[in-house]
Amino acid sequence: MFHERDIPIQVAIGNYDLGICGSDWIEELMVKYPSSALMKVGSLGYGQSALYVAVSAAEGISTVEAVRQRSGVVRIASEYPNLAEQFALNLRLRRFGVFPLWGAAEAYPPESADLALVCGTKEGLADCGLVPLSRVLGVSACLVANRNSWESKDMKEVVASIYDEAMSQEAESEIVQPYSGRRPRKSKIFPSGADGDIVRLALPDGHQQSPTFDLLSKAGISLDDYPSPTGNRRPATDLAGVAVKVIRPQDMPLQVASGNFDLAVTGRDWLREHLCQFPTSPVKELVDLKSGRVRIVAVVSNDMPVADASDLAKFSAGRTAPLRVASEYINIADKYARDNHLGSYRVVPTWGATEAFLPEDADLLIENTETGGTIARHNLKIIDTLFESTACLIGRRRRVTNAVKRERIDAIIQALQTGVKLN
Amino acid sequence: MKTQRCKGTRDLSPGEMAVFRLIEGTFRDACRKWGYEEVRTPTLEYLHLFTSVGTLTPGMLGRVYSFLDWDGWSGERVVLRPDGTIPVARLYIDSLEKEKLAKLFYVANTFIFEATGEKTRERWQCGAEMIGVSSPSADVELVMLALEVLQRLQIDGVKLKMSHAGLIRALLARLGLSSEEQARVFDRILDGDGKELAELGLDRTKLETLSALLGLKGKSSTFVKGLKALLAPDLAGLQPGIDDLVSVAELLESLGADYQIDLASVRDFEYYTGAIFQIFRGKDKIGGGGRYDALIPLMGGRDTPASGVALYLDRLMGLVKPEALTQVEAPKVLVRAKPEVSKEGFSLVARLHKAGYRAEFNLGAQSRADFGWTLDVQSQAPKFILTDRAEKKFEARTISEVLKLLAK
Repeated sequence: MFHERDIPIQVAIGNYDLGICGSDWIEELMVKYPSSALMKVGSLGYGQSALYVAVSAAEGISTVEAVRQRSGVVRIASEYPNLAEQFALNLRLRRFGVFPLWGAAEAYPPESADLALVCGTKEGLADCGLVPLSRVLGVSACLVANRNSWESKDMKEVVASIYDEAMSQEAESEIVQPYSGRRPRKSKIFPSGADGDIVRLALPDGHQQSPTFDLLSKAGISLDDYPSPTGNRRPATDLAGVAVKVIRPQDMPLQVASGNFDLAVTGRDWLREHLCQFPTSPVKELVDLKSGRVRIVAVVSNDMPVADASDLAKFSAGRTAPLRVASEYINIADKYARDNHLGSYRVVPTWGATEAFLPEDADLLIENTETGGTIARHNLKIIDTLFESTACLIGRRRRVTNAVKRERIDAIIQALQTGVKLN
Repeated sequence: MKTQRCKGTRDLSPGEMAVFRLIEGTFRDACRKWGYEEVRTPTLEYLHLFTSVGTLTPGMLGRVYSFLDWDGWSGERVVLRPDGTIPVARLYIDSLEKEKLAKLFYVANTFIFEATGEKTRERWQCGAEMIGVSSPSADVELVMLALEVLQRLQIDGVKLKMSHAGLIRALLARLGLSSEEQARVFDRILDGDGKELAELGLDRTKLETLSALLGLKGKSSTFVKGLKALLAPDLAGLQPGIDDLVSVAELLESLGADYQIDLASVRDFEYYTGAIFQIFRGKDKIGGGGRYDALIPLMGGRDTPASGVALYLDRLMGLVKPEALTQVEAPKVLVRAKPEVSKEGFSLVARLHKAGYRAEFNLGAQSRADFGWTLDVQSQAPKFILTDRAEKKFEARTISEVLKLLAK
């Protein structure tokens, strides 16, 4: 069992013969790697969702042509960076930047991105205050196969049974609409651009919400509707001149680097991942929030005769197949492999549940762990600790020129430092 | 042993490199004689140089090597240059815009993905660009330059195909297509999908007219004049394109160049606005070029007309005959010295180089057959013994005497 996004990659590289996943993730892979061994066998019944390029309703535009006429860089936020790039190229956008995201693309327009390429329904988009400009792709569950396996193995029976199962379920199953059931967003405008005196603060969604909320309370910062039971991503705050948006912690360093946010509460692991990819990035850690402590470790199967990193280099040198390194932190993993002279290796990107990759689908994991319990339960062992990560407040290195804004940022830093002491 | 070379790339062996340098040298020499100056642009460029309408087609852009640089956190990508002309146009805008006329040439590699990996993904081209002049003579000069290079390389059987981007665009406009449809049809033609125009959902009559026009082929300026008569009932918008094509064709004809007019023979580059040339040998396209008056203003420069031509080095390499390579060169000298006189041996090699000879120090691994002469350095008299291919020996006391003997 994998995260859906991992399936096309796993089938393409030949770890699996067959897989089932959304056509969105298949196209995301195939548009970038047309000659991969991934083969779409067929659709397993159509869903109602689609990939849309959407713009904020507040912009008051309804055609892609209006976007094309704009001067300056068009920012596109998406979990589907390859499809987003193809869209931009086909539209002949002169200058564009694609922000690859782990999620919450619908929260980016209009302040943090001009366009979002999102999966959903028209109604769902409307709930998020977005207007679709172009339907890029219909999304359905699909059966995919590895081309080489398909040509060499007889998979007729298993394919037939998958189809039967899918057809019988289709009648009962309800289509999940990603953005249904959320209340329409209040059309509060979040300031954009690095100028002005409003401080733009990003807070994490997911399991980091409660510890972040506790810390902010102790720092004397109160928030309304965070964590939000309805998925509101723009909670109100009592801090004057501060606008808050809730996004994925993985996406924050890039967003702060590119000036969409001034401050963000994320993990040091994600800051490190960003800096491994962009060593000259202006993002730095401002406050160690000391919560959510995890270790980033190198993990192998208990069966592998390797005790530390130097053993691993010898092990890698002694085999013909490249060492497969699976990680959510692809740039940290790549640097680890380079620094330890792992020779011929491949980094396999994953989107969670990385433990499941060993030993069949990867040789080495770069993974975070709190207690090491999950790792031990999967019959795996830790051979190296790369670094320790806690939650942290990040910002840009360069001095803020606007005096009002600078004071506001300093006030938040101080409040959080006080909060950390009380925590 | 398994090959470790990257898929879709090639190595050039010493023999192939000699051919490469011969072509490059011939091209550089011809360019300089025609008054062009050499430039070199970086391998990395920003992607946005190539993305706007009027630069590269979507088919080409879908195959560029683009990636985020180490400081690419804004999401703006860089590319391994997929084309030679656009970077030179950028260089012109960045630093040469004050010059009224810039005649520039380059030998550069370009990178385009090719799925099978059977063709090379890194391609070398010899290109010349004439920036600042808009006239049929400028276009013809570039064609003559390319043909001269091919002739000097003794590559015969060369065919020239001509089309006109301005004329095609005017035809599309006249068919009543919306500007978006025109762009789509033009892209299709450029991407080589001319036959699949039917998929675009144009109405039947328009499609038939278009197919007929694109299917027209002829061999002289008279043919273009005939085309003019054919389209006479409604010449508005077509006149400039046709007149331009006639002028270029007449001039080429008067110079004795053999060409064919084939309107559909345009490929890949969206920036062309006027006459387009493609150079073929058999079915292989070995070069091409054309006028691109709109590119420089589109990239943010002043309104500056330009045209260019490029020869595809990789394709030419297979066409150069071995005899083109044989050059009269002085025979090579192998200098053999015992360890106690190796110092003298090395200074002798240096002296021979200075005097214009190709000389190597003997490492014990060279083959005698590769050398016209061997020269033994000894600690006792006679100091130098020179031996020719026929094993005839000559003695010398000084280096000057050696040089005298070699000169004979």
